[in-house]
Amino acid sequence: MGKDKFLNEKPEKLTYSGVFKKIDNWARARSLWVVAYGTGCGAIELRPTFTSRFDAERFGMRMVGTPRQADVIVVSGYLTVKTLKRVIRVYEQMQSPKYVVALGACPINGGMYYDSYNAINRLDLYLPVDIWVTGCMPRPEAILAGFKRLQELIDDGKADGWKKYIEALDWYRGNQRKIIKNWRMPNYNW
Amino acid sequence: MGVKIFYAFIALIGGIAYGLLLGGISRKITARMQNRRGPTVFQNFIDVWKLFRKKTAISHGVMFYLAPIFRLLGGAGTFLLVPIVVGNFYLSNFSFGGDLIVIMYFMVMGCLGMALGAAESGHPHAPIGVTRGLAQMAGQELPFIISVVVLMIVDKTTSVEGIVMAQQGGILHWHIFTYPFAAIAAFISLLGMMTSYPFEIVMAPQEIAIGPPTEFSSTFLSYMFSGRSVFAVAKYVLFMDLFLGGATNLLWAFLKTFLIFLWPLFITDVFPRFKLEQSVSFFWTWPTLIGLIDLLRIYIVR
Repeated sequence: MGKDKFLNEKPEKLTYSGVFKKIDNWARARSLWVVAYGTGCGAIELRPTFTSRFDAERFGMRMVGTPRQADVIVVSGYLTVKTLKRVIRVYEQMQSPKYVVALGACPINGGMYYDSYNAINRLDLYLPVDIWVTGCMPRPEAILAGFKRLQELIDDGKADGWKKYIEALDWYRGNQRKIIKNWRMPNYNW
Repeated sequence: MGVKIFYAFIALIGGIAYGLLLGGISRKITARMQNRRGPTVFQNFIDVWKLFRKKTAISHGVMFYLAPIFRLLGGAGTFLLVPIVVGNFYLSNFSFGGDLIVIMYFMVMGCLGMALGAAESGHPHAPIGVTRGLAQMAGQELPFIISVVVLMIVDKTTSVEGIVMAQQGGILHWHIFTYPFAAIAAFISLLGMMTSYPFEIVMAPQEIAIGPPTEFSSTFLSYMFSGRSVFAVAKYVLFMDLFLGGATNLLWAFLKTFLIFLWPLFITDVFPRFKLEQSVSFFWTWPTLIGLIDLLRIYIVR
């Protein structure tokens, strides 16, 4: 106590086992808080998803303004190297368990920016993705279907990208450092 | 005394549950007003459980840990000092003579603890929210205290039980009818206390993300959530005791607190947001003046 411990300290492995595992997963699946951070053009489809027309709140989802309280980060569309750095910071500031949803064709294979000099092609080299939603752009129905699938995975206890990230942190960090040349941020952002 | 503590503990659990349920109902009603389906009314229970079981890897110092506890204690303390059903041994909690003044102190304590913790979290949005919250508190406390002072002078007592007993004998003896201006001032001040929408300048989601609790996560947040819920219930019960004549049994208590709960909710759903200076100057003019009418009236009459 007394000192900030979120910098330069490797996280310990978190294990979730206990009598409450089932009810935990049930609650997590029904209360997904999405950090309100749009990385690319796909963010425009998140607004109708969360407002009156498609109303994602009926599944217990809502937008929160701070990564500390969020469970899900939606990588919505293409990721430039500059944005990737921010996404990594936001992702690492979220508290476990946390999930990544990749939206659109760009995080899968680069999409229409496949030969761009500053957009990354494959997101899962840098962050553990739990759900891919394809399309350019995916409509809100597709996004909701993706979230429903994420809920099923969490219910079954299979959405464990956050565990993989901590286990294979060195590999992810190596990939990230390869592409982010000016790593002017703390080694770890928990 | 041990029995009393046991029943007060049960009442506290019930208060938290009722507060979370009211929060869920408010989300549902807001959703229906915006022409969508909305979450289930039990959504807040699910949220609190999920937050409670999340891991946390953040530490910012001692006050950071204590702030959610302060918040929960502020809410629980206020709730435990307000009698739910006056005269009932099991449901009057720890109310004793002179408690209205203690309650007013307790209502501020949670916010102050929160302010210290939020300031230590180091996020730039947190001090902004905190300064706004404290300024707003200075605004809303004035009309509330004026109307409470009116009731104290009229009933010649500072205890909530005494004020409830003074209102017995029919619906027209309720203070909302005998001293309507004081009641109006207090109910406008309730809007500020509940940070309902024209006065929602502390959290201000469009502007400073979520304000003071920006850096709080997981278990911290679940404590705050439940503290906030039980604090809301405490305020509804307090207003019921002060202006709606208290309750003779639990059913009446549920009905009256639910009516009071609807008032800030309906205001919230249709209004945009004030700026800080607009909010404070509003509180210091209209509700204050309205409350002063009754203060003057009892001064002239007596």
